[in-house]
Amino acid sequence: MIRLKHPLVLGTALAALAVTAAYAAGPDLGAVKQSATNWPAIGMFAFFVLFTLGITYKAAKGTKSAADFYAAGGGISAGTNSLAIAGDYMSAASFLGISGLVYTSGFDGLIYSTGFLVGWPIVLFLIAERLRNLGKFTFADVASFRLDQTSIRIISATGTLVVVAFYLIAQMVGAGKLIQLLFGLPYLYAVIIVGVLMIVYVAFGGMKATTWVQVIKACLLLGGATFMAGAVLYKYGFNPEALFAAAVATHPKGDAIMAPGGLVNNPVEAISLGVGLMFGTAGLPHILMRFFTVSDAQAARKSVFYATGLIGYFYILTFIIGFGGIALLMSDPAYFSLDAAGAFDKLKGMIGGTNMVAVNLANAVGGPYFLGFISAVAFATILAVVAGLTLAGASAVSHDLYAQVIARGRTNEAAEVRLSKIAAVVIGIVAIYLGYVFENQNVAFMVGLAFSVAASCNFPVLTMSILWKGTTTWGALIGGLVGLVAAVGMVVLSKAVWVTTFGNPVAIFPYDNPALFSMPLAFLTIIVVSKLDNTKRAQRERALFDAQFVRSETGIGADGAHAH
Amino acid sequence: MADLETARIAQSPHFKELVHERTRFGWTLTIIMLLIYFGFIGLIAFDKALLAVKIGGGTASLGLVLGVTVIVLAFILTGIYVQRANGRFDELTAALKRDVGR
Repeated sequence: MIRLKHPLVLGTALAALAVTAAYAAGPDLGAVKQSATNWPAIGMFAFFVLFTLGITYKAAKGTKSAADFYAAGGGISAGTNSLAIAGDYMSAASFLGISGLVYTSGFDGLIYSTGFLVGWPIVLFLIAERLRNLGKFTFADVASFRLDQTSIRIISATGTLVVVAFYLIAQMVGAGKLIQLLFGLPYLYAVIIVGVLMIVYVAFGGMKATTWVQVIKACLLLGGATFMAGAVLYKYGFNPEALFAAAVATHPKGDAIMAPGGLVNNPVEAISLGVGLMFGTAGLPHILMRFFTVSDAQAARKSVFYATGLIGYFYILTFIIGFGGIALLMSDPAYFSLDAAGAFDKLKGMIGGTNMVAVNLANAVGGPYFLGFISAVAFATILAVVAGLTLAGASAVSHDLYAQVIARGRTNEAAEVRLSKIAAVVIGIVAIYLGYVFENQNVAFMVGLAFSVAASCNFPVLTMSILWKGTTTWGALIGGLVGLVAAVGMVVLSKAVWVTTFGNPVAIFPYDNPALFSMPLAFLTIIVVSKLDNTKRAQRERALFDAQFVRSETGIGADGAHAH
Repeated sequence: MADLETARIAQSPHFKELVHERTRFGWTLTIIMLLIYFGFIGLIAFDKALLAVKIGGGTASLGLVLGVTVIVLAFILTGIYVQRANGRFDELTAALKRDVGR
């Protein structure tokens, strides 16, 4: 079983956000103590909000058509888009969660960093360009290119909304807890601030505002993390070996932090985790949407290349930050809760929890104002990620469910965009409500579940419809549904939910990660059902593959830049 | 797009060449990436002792170096693909578009 050596260490605020924790079999989120109000952090965050609202105002004036709203007019450059993709992917979970994991377990933190990154080459080699050549606004456009609009849009939109919902709950609860710690504001305030701001960004500014918020946050986060890692290395003469030696000398586990620990013991669990992380990336709706904001396939492929570099660089920084935390914070009692004798637990005793390693390190290397800056960046990070999720959800509602399923194409752009804005408002309100309801629930497994659903429903439906001629509507519909139900069902029956939440004595499904089973099941179902499907419609759909294939491979006939 | 034109493009030698080369190249790189990543995970699951071996007599372990290598290789593989795509595949696509007069 994959088991974090110290599940309790992660049982703090940010566990909610961390996919790391998602696989930690559900630590108790527990009550987080509200800190003293942190004015520098609030001030810098307020500045970020004002600045991004200014951008939203400008974006709103330039957002008129559906192409503007969903895809920023198709006019985003590859460089900008790569920053936005990286921004979507570098959540507060990866920043605080992984550096915290490196702090407690050393090497084991690297296992997640690699898992999160290796999905990107797959996206590039198999999906990105074809997606751009075939689609307009959502990945359902691509999956339903030659298949039945109604059925495929229903399954794609369902997959999208399920992924968005789980992801959003984890982010909202995480945001509330984080803000309590960082800013000293009450939980509910934080949840409402996040909800209202994301509604404003998405409903008024559409994809343009969402993209620029993401880009700014990515630059701030990369800049802040670079400074921190640089400051750590500076203290050790830019010699990583000296940093590692200092860390080993300080850490209670000593030299064991340089080698694999107890994180991955069961090979099946390890591979299932890997499958979920790798292929889930290729099925996340808010990431896939970003390939429609660039002008052509070439720009799509360049975006992935740059984004992979940025994300890889970021994970290496979090690793250095984690080790810096060990070397610089672990022997300083100022960062720990002390017992009566003045002693402290180096691993579990950090004030605010282990996920505060990066934040405390900011104070250690840059003083209270840099601490404020990093806190503000962490909040901005959550905000940007939830905005991207909201836009993906709103697009699935308006562009897929409303325009194609309910109105059957008999609608106009203006009505569709208006509905999308309403959907964004509704999703925002629902998210605030869910954040409120789930405050004291265990939500740590939800990001992991979102990745598993993306890998088991969205990814198979999308790739099979693009790559295999034999795929029919029935095959994709039933296969996607089976993958979705299997992924959710297996997680419900696993320890994280069945035992921890429902209080049953034994888990029915023995693993924490379902992807190794649910994803192949979805592919198999698509193949078998498609093979059995010999309806007139199925024959027509197979005949239409050639035209789709020509366009997916060459871009001939694809919409050019959406610019007007 | 008219069916006739589709058929014409699908029959064009440039199209066949493009699809054949890119499909092979894409899948080859995909398989390499899968081998690298699941090889790394496999070592973690089955041979922890090997990954604990020290590199160059210092503190850094083989596992640490391999982990960072996986990250760097993922980036390099995307770079290799993009370079080939920007050169060879884009040339073939351009030639194809000239063939069909687009």
